[in-house]
Amino acid sequence: MQMARVIGDVVATHKDPNYDSIKLLLVQPINADGSDVGRPLVAVDSVGAGVGETVFFVRGKEASFPWYPTEVPADAGIVGIIDHFHVAK
Amino acid sequence: MLLARIVGTVVATRKDPRLVSNKLLLARPVDPKGKAEGNYLVAIDTVDAGVGETVLIVSGSSARMASGMKDTPVDAAVVGIIDAVDVAE
Repeated sequence: MQMARVIGDVVATHKDPNYDSIKLLLVQPINADGSDVGRPLVAVDSVGAGVGETVFFVRGKEASFPWYPTEVPADAGIVGIIDHFHVAK
Repeated sequence: MLLARIVGTVVATRKDPRLVSNKLLLARPVDPKGKAEGNYLVAIDTVDAGVGETVLIVSGSSARMASGMKDTPVDAAVVGIIDAVDVAE
């Protein structure tokens, strides 16, 4: 899993039928110090995350598992909202 | 998933039999503001997208979960046509 900040949302009317009623969010992966790392990407949301929150997401086929056995065609999915994290010095 | 703009079509007469009667599109990833970035890719179209549209592309093994793509040799599928991207920052 990777930490990310939710920076926006994505609207698509015409999409795969298995995406119905699933929220698409724009996430920016971050480092442990909160700085951006890499490019933003679109992730499906299974936990009710929103813009401004820090989350963690899975990559790959596992992103669709929250909706199992429905086969949601997703390769990135938010699976947790981070309350806080601590980095040991 | 990636945001991408469709920049062309791809025609292949000789291809894997499981790809027959599927449309292949040439896509260029874009950032949330619409600026092109990264390498071109060939994606299978499952939502009747066309040149000039901004789309959602799912990659890796998850592409096989797109509608009608079960057991086909694909690693990138167009699964949605983007209406709007709202970036908060």
